[in-house]
Amino acid sequence: MRVPLSWLKEYVDVEMSAQELAHRLTMAGVEAGDVIELGGWTGCYVGHVLSVEQHPNADRLSLCRVDIGSEQMQVVCGAPNVAAGQKICFAKVGAYLYNTHSEKHENLKPARIRGVVSEGMICSELELGLGDGHEGIVVLPDDAPIGVTLDSYLGDTVIDLEVTANRLDCFSILGVAHEVAAITGKTVREPDISYQEGNTPIAELATVSVADPDLCPRYTASVIQGIKIGDSPQWLQDRLTKAGLRPINNVVDVTNYVMLEFNQPLHAFDLDKLRDHTIIVRRARPGEVLDTLDGAGRILNPDVLVIADSHDPVGIGGVIGGANSEIGPDTTNVLLESATFDNYNNRQTAETFRLRTDATQRFEKGLRPELAPIGLRRATQLIQQVSGGEIAQGIVDIYQGRDAPHPTVPLSLKRLKQVLGMELDIEKAAQVLQSLGIQTKPTEPGSLNATIPYWRNDINIEEDLIEEVVRIIGYDEVPTTMLSTPIPNHHPSPMTELKWRVREAMAAAGLQETISYPLVSLESLEKVNQLDQENLPLHVANPMSVGQEYLRPTLRASLLQTLLYNQEHMDAPFRLFEVGRAFLPRKDELPVEQEIAAGVVSGLRSEPSWLEQDGYLDFFDAKGILSSALERLGVTTSYQPTEDPTCHPGRCARIIAGDTELGIIGEVHPEVLARLDLKPLPVVLFELQLEQILKVTRHSRDSFRPLSRFPAATRDLALIVAADLPAGKVQEILGRHRLVENVELFDVYTGDNIPAGTRSLAWHVYFQSQERTLTNEEVNRTLEGLLRALEREVGATLRGS
Amino acid sequence: MTQPSAQSIEQLTQQATQELDRINDLESLDQWRISYLGRRGSLTNVLRGLSQLDLEQRRELGALGNQSKNLLDERLAQKTQEIDQAQQVQAFARDRIDVTMLGRPTPIGRLHPTTQIVKEITDAFVSMGFSIVEGPEVEWDHYNFEMLNIPEGHPARDMWNSMWIDYRNEAGQQPMLLRTHTSPMQARVMENTQPPIRVVVPGKCYRYEATDATHEWHFYQIEGLAVDEGITFADLKGTLYEFARRLFGEERKVRFRCDYFPFVEPGVDMSIDCFACQGGDNRCRICRGSGWIEIMGAGMVHPKVLASVGYDTEKYTGFAFGIGPERVAMLKYGIDDIRHFYTNDLRFLRQF
Repeated sequence: MRVPLSWLKEYVDVEMSAQELAHRLTMAGVEAGDVIELGGWTGCYVGHVLSVEQHPNADRLSLCRVDIGSEQMQVVCGAPNVAAGQKICFAKVGAYLYNTHSEKHENLKPARIRGVVSEGMICSELELGLGDGHEGIVVLPDDAPIGVTLDSYLGDTVIDLEVTANRLDCFSILGVAHEVAAITGKTVREPDISYQEGNTPIAELATVSVADPDLCPRYTASVIQGIKIGDSPQWLQDRLTKAGLRPINNVVDVTNYVMLEFNQPLHAFDLDKLRDHTIIVRRARPGEVLDTLDGAGRILNPDVLVIADSHDPVGIGGVIGGANSEIGPDTTNVLLESATFDNYNNRQTAETFRLRTDATQRFEKGLRPELAPIGLRRATQLIQQVSGGEIAQGIVDIYQGRDAPHPTVPLSLKRLKQVLGMELDIEKAAQVLQSLGIQTKPTEPGSLNATIPYWRNDINIEEDLIEEVVRIIGYDEVPTTMLSTPIPNHHPSPMTELKWRVREAMAAAGLQETISYPLVSLESLEKVNQLDQENLPLHVANPMSVGQEYLRPTLRASLLQTLLYNQEHMDAPFRLFEVGRAFLPRKDELPVEQEIAAGVVSGLRSEPSWLEQDGYLDFFDAKGILSSALERLGVTTSYQPTEDPTCHPGRCARIIAGDTELGIIGEVHPEVLARLDLKPLPVVLFELQLEQILKVTRHSRDSFRPLSRFPAATRDLALIVAADLPAGKVQEILGRHRLVENVELFDVYTGDNIPAGTRSLAWHVYFQSQERTLTNEEVNRTLEGLLRALEREVGATLRGS
Repeated sequence: MTQPSAQSIEQLTQQATQELDRINDLESLDQWRISYLGRRGSLTNVLRGLSQLDLEQRRELGALGNQSKNLLDERLAQKTQEIDQAQQVQAFARDRIDVTMLGRPTPIGRLHPTTQIVKEITDAFVSMGFSIVEGPEVEWDHYNFEMLNIPEGHPARDMWNSMWIDYRNEAGQQPMLLRTHTSPMQARVMENTQPPIRVVVPGKCYRYEATDATHEWHFYQIEGLAVDEGITFADLKGTLYEFARRLFGEERKVRFRCDYFPFVEPGVDMSIDCFACQGGDNRCRICRGSGWIEIMGAGMVHPKVLASVGYDTEKYTGFAFGIGPERVAMLKYGIDDIRHFYTNDLRFLRQF
């Protein structure tokens, strides 16, 4: 909302600077964005055109004498509207203005036009930056003082307000004036809205009825006959332009002016285009159509409220007018509408037609019906003032809620103290409210009743009044205290804690955390073989872009995308992880949001440097990183070979803790890498279900074992096993004896000297007891038992035996 | 064998020391030792010859000989040390490394800046008795809007442009969306708990919004809520003031101005004084000379919100606030573009 200061000052005195005012408004909740200075027209003055003669050498040019007070100037002017007696904007040579030929700001140069010296220029809107009109010159009001600088006469400051959705009143200059008055302790001067009526009763000129009052609580109208359509006077055009609206003609301009002044949107119909001079406010009939003023053809339906004549719609109520009843150059009789429309329906209609207009912006927020006749009278008065004509006697006012006044709102100091934590006199509160135009009446001691003025629709409960008081007196007046109420019992949130611990553990294991967008494309899921056509992921109805349409059911595509992005920017070891959610759809319910920790490991094993390179990160690097992270979480894991559509069929494992499957780790399938345009290097990916980890960590808290005081004994074993037997299986058998403290695989051999189809696994086995020093015999007996078990369960034999 | 004489001992000593002075490696030194002090060395020989002399002479020359031997032993030790030192210096020179070259890198894992700042913010509130709760990222309109006093058709809905899930219920409505704030947890927590309540809710939020240097469609929010008998706006001020001091320094000042959020009344916006320029610099990249930086929205929980979960609005009051952690991180670290956060460019992430 653009508020020209000169306009605002018509209703309230402003003694502070625009910057200060903007700041004070902002602090009170009406945020001022920019403060825009209009002007800076050095070398421009208010001039008086003394005479206009034909240019001796050019048909389309005139030669004018202009009085600028201190001197008289001769100037060549090409505008068709220049005339003797006008007050105009005169630019002397040297003035800095917009040059319409070069399309930039330049200093005005001395000129000789068709042989005649021109000592300056009479300016158009475009040249002054007041608007984009350039067909004619700007004509100032007759009372403009000759010779004063244009800056002092026409310069202005516009405060651009960013009005919040509740402060409908601040979409009007008068509403802002009330706000300013409250802040500065001044009084608002509301404009006089009275006028002289003619003798013809309005009922003889027009018939108005409201068929659907639920959507149109109040409809008021006036009729002005015998007007003359033309341009609005300059002051009116100036105000509209400064406020950001474009002048159209004197009738339409007045409706816009009153909307900006009082907030009431109005619509003017050409009375003679309304068949039977009739207005019916009703729901549209199915299939009715209307060509609206924006040039579009609209197909209507019964959810849309229309203004119709005796036959057809002539406008969409509170949204936009119809072309069939538009004010034109020949219009002489006008029916002026000022109504209140149902805000919910109005907003719906605006959304249906994607037509957010200055009118809907106001109606959708719920204008008060009390405003309708005020706006009507003001606009009627102004139309007559700027377009002439005679006003019919009386107005139309169809208002069902006439006998139900707007409810008052109570305020008690008790509640104020309960909410704000501060003491305040009721007199002080009443005084603040009155400064805002809110009338108060004391009830019991320490309490009052407030009557809310017609321009405010946002004050409905006691807390609203409390805000009004505190925002004007300022929040600094409220004390600052620490919470003194009891601290609630702590509610543990194990998943939140686990996520934090997982992140820390992964970072400690050398992984860099990433966070990616959870919206992906089906294509990206398909590329990693994670698209289930039978069970599509959740789809966003209004996605931001094509690549971000589906809620990811896995983090894999996101992480590989992150890897790809970084591969393009650097050659480095990539060790990345993300903790985020995957979304699994459910019928008629919110999706399951699975907490996932996933990672990718790929690229050089160490940063490129002068140091010797030691190859590329592989499965065992990733497994080592993951295992150390899990160990830090207190989770002991084992790995079992498995297959997964994203992974290399022979290089993928399930990660298991006890009986619980935590997730998978595997080298990404080469075809997947190729589809994603990733480099043909090993990429190892893991994905863990944090819900599963939570189950495991819950039971593994008491993990301390006393340190043994007795020495350990070591035995080395080389075992021949089938080549496809997982080493993990052997480790599990070795490790399950109570005297085995630790098992380490230290060598793997295939090749000569051992049977084909087998491999040799060499182990250090550490034996230790908590109770005593183990004897040689005990250790050997245990070892023999283990060897028998190994032979029985997995067919392992001792190498060389 | 020549008879030892005082003169010959002195000569020998002088000769030995002169020779020793010219030696500068351990090998020659060892030869020198053998030739003078070894078992068959010249001085050893001289001393051995003393036994043939008479007692008087033996005593005299013996003393001289021992003196000479002690001198040479001492000089030998001295020389050995000198050579050792010189050789060590040489070895050190040879073994010099270029310490300016890169060290052997060890992988460093880092947390995403958002994670770090979310932790820092929630820690501040946890220490004031708040618990952390989280909620679903896909929400019902009911919790995201209705329960927060933003009914269908309310113009304030324009404040949150939403991404809706392509799902219609039996009534033909589209009631599921990506939550636009973490505020829905206000209602969810209150539905399941009686006061006293103090919670903070970190999490991802989504808006249907064009992105630019200060707007992302995907971002985090930390919502806070405290409800009990006797909680006032003064407490809100105190709590948020304490938060600002912890995050931005204990000398921070805070300022509140009126703002509008449908689920609070009164509603405010909190600013801190500019920690970069203290308001003295018109070109300050952080506060642009205003001296104040907006940090978060807050307010007293709207009675309609309390009523919608069945709380007695006469008895209970509360405050709520919402913080944008990315904005806090941008201020603290001087990050100029919010879009860096979720592009996952390692050149960005490695700076934190």
